[in-house]
Amino acid sequence: MRTKDRRVQGERRPASHTAGAPPTAREAPTDNLVEIRDVSYSAGHREIFSGLNLTIPRGRITAIMGPSGTGKTTLLRLMTGQIKPTNGVILFDGVDVSNLSRRELYDLRLRMGMLFQNGALLTDMSVFENVAFPLREHTDLPESLIRNIVLTKLQAVGLRGAAQLMPPELSGGMARRVALARSMATDPEMLIYDEPFAGLDPISMGMIVRLVRQMNYALGITSVVVSHDVEEMAILADTSYLLAGGKVVAAGTFLELKDHASEIVNQFMNGLADGPVPFHYPAPDYYEELLAGTE
Amino acid sequence: MNLLRELTENLRELIATVGSVFIFFGRVLGQVPRALLRPSLIIKQVYNAGALSLVIIMTCGLFVGMVMALQGYDVLQRFGSEDALGSGAALALLRELGPVVTALLFAGRAGTALASEIGLMRATDQLTAMEMMAVDPIRRVVAPRFLGGVIAMPLLAIIFIAIGIFGVQLVGVQQLGVDANSFWSQMRSSVEPQDVMDGVLKGFVFGVACSLVAVFEGFTAVPTAEGVGRATTRTVVISAVMTLILDYMITAARL
Amino acid sequence: MRSMRTIEISTGLFVLLGFAALFFLVTQITNRELSVDGSSYAVDAKFENIGGLKVGAAVSMAGVTIGRVESITLDQSIYKAVVQLRIKSAYSRIPKDSDASIMTSGLLGSQYVGLTAGGAEDFLKSGDHIELVQDALVLENLINQLAASFAGRKDDSAKPEETAK
Repeated sequence: MRTKDRRVQGERRPASHTAGAPPTAREAPTDNLVEIRDVSYSAGHREIFSGLNLTIPRGRITAIMGPSGTGKTTLLRLMTGQIKPTNGVILFDGVDVSNLSRRELYDLRLRMGMLFQNGALLTDMSVFENVAFPLREHTDLPESLIRNIVLTKLQAVGLRGAAQLMPPELSGGMARRVALARSMATDPEMLIYDEPFAGLDPISMGMIVRLVRQMNYALGITSVVVSHDVEEMAILADTSYLLAGGKVVAAGTFLELKDHASEIVNQFMNGLADGPVPFHYPAPDYYEELLAGTE
Repeated sequence: MNLLRELTENLRELIATVGSVFIFFGRVLGQVPRALLRPSLIIKQVYNAGALSLVIIMTCGLFVGMVMALQGYDVLQRFGSEDALGSGAALALLRELGPVVTALLFAGRAGTALASEIGLMRATDQLTAMEMMAVDPIRRVVAPRFLGGVIAMPLLAIIFIAIGIFGVQLVGVQQLGVDANSFWSQMRSSVEPQDVMDGVLKGFVFGVACSLVAVFEGFTAVPTAEGVGRATTRTVVISAVMTLILDYMITAARL
Repeated sequence: MRSMRTIEISTGLFVLLGFAALFFLVTQITNRELSVDGSSYAVDAKFENIGGLKVGAAVSMAGVTIGRVESITLDQSIYKAVVQLRIKSAYSRIPKDSDASIMTSGLLGSQYVGLTAGGAEDFLKSGDHIELVQDALVLENLINQLAASFAGRKDDSAKPEETAK
């Protein structure tokens, strides 16, 4: 795979750092960084998606929400080329993600950053080395420059003082912030967050919300957040999608979703215990089952 | 009828697994040249697989040698041929016991460490994170560990054999009173450099097999706690079986 | 987390230990006399049957190993085995009429070539030919000889009665 030739020694790809303004489009004039057209995907016998249509607009924060098990993580894996759809097309900046060779895919992934649910830090390296990892692997930058970049990224997430700690010593929130710094190390155009708020206390959640915002607007990148934290997404999202049953059941701004007519959207957005997603797991008749036990 | 269907299913699974192992092996070999560009990673893995296994290998080697001396002496002295203890023990160690026992110990100590390490990285998404950062985990994680095992194993086997012979000498000559001169001269007249090379060759082949099994199981482990545990167990079992099968094949080919 | 330096040193020691063990095994344990080092000369001998003699077998005189069997080939014009012996130059006083026989070391041991000195005043030189040879004892031939000698004795015991008649 291509390791060092993406960046020439000492040179870095310029990123637009103008706060608040959308990034300047480099090639195609489309407004959407990612387009998912008519995608179907099955895992084994289970059909997860059928005829899914979705677009991720540039420079904005897009939320992808839905009940557990609707395949939100699968969607991320489709977007990043980890799995191929059985039907349909997934475009990243005009490039069909599912048809690339491994080398081309790796080149594409340099433009994306992904934040995993548990951080996925490399456990045998310190915080500093984790953030430096993509730089050391893909660039020929001198150590002093790498050090500066790493410290800058850590400063942005508020963990510059923790640079020498090892991953097992970090709390969940801290680990996630380090992972964020790491995914930002190579200045990607798009950041994907897989359940960034899961299992965090309110303070850490607040930190992550602030960081997601800052990263997106200060650096002019595109963010995709997969989450079911309706309250946090209310603050963050510019556009939202609600997935259920393998399709998009609602799309639009947050307010539009909140007042949506559909029952499932209503159940999700308002956290209702019963509705289209039933409370009871399918089971035979209650009285019959009880009576059967007494025979 | 159901049994037959199950059997064919299992057979198909087995063949598919063999196929995926070979494909995986090809990928690992393909990344070896690039991995060699990072000698620090490989040195660390040789340390993990080899230097850290030294204690167990040397201890077991010593005791195996000592037991061989006891058993061999008991048998040979009935024919008055105790002097042949040296050659018998040396040949047994060089040709069979050394490489095979070392491989089994290696699979147990280093193989399980490799499998569980990689398996855990799989379970905590570290490998996927690497892929997302456009770093090939085979190059960065798997190939150095594989090379570490392949380099360490023959060395461990040789050390085992040498310590074993020392152990034979310790019990045979010092304790049981076999004549030292006959011990060594008989050994020298029956052991050829070819035998030593055979031992090293077996050590190398077993090293490739056991390391491959370990990294494969770790890499393809189901990303849960039980998945990693199962991968570790399977590493030991499959390494042991493969070692013995390969041992037969190599011995049959060389003799 | 051990420093890289410690790891490097430990690994280096480990590898060195491995090679030291290998060195020990190859030099101390193995048969160093497999090939005749130093200066040597070659003579040959032709046998009708070499039995289980192998290339590399010892050539000895009075029980002392003085060389090795270098090669064994079949001479198709006279249908005899041509065994080439490589003898160390230090043993340059072997009489030309010495005989070479194929012996077995011990009861079940491997076969070697034993030279018994003759009485000639000329000594073997490189390229010479040992004339007097004794083939390996082959089991079937021994049995045949034994059977034949039994049959012969029966005949002998029968004869005097006939002549007496």
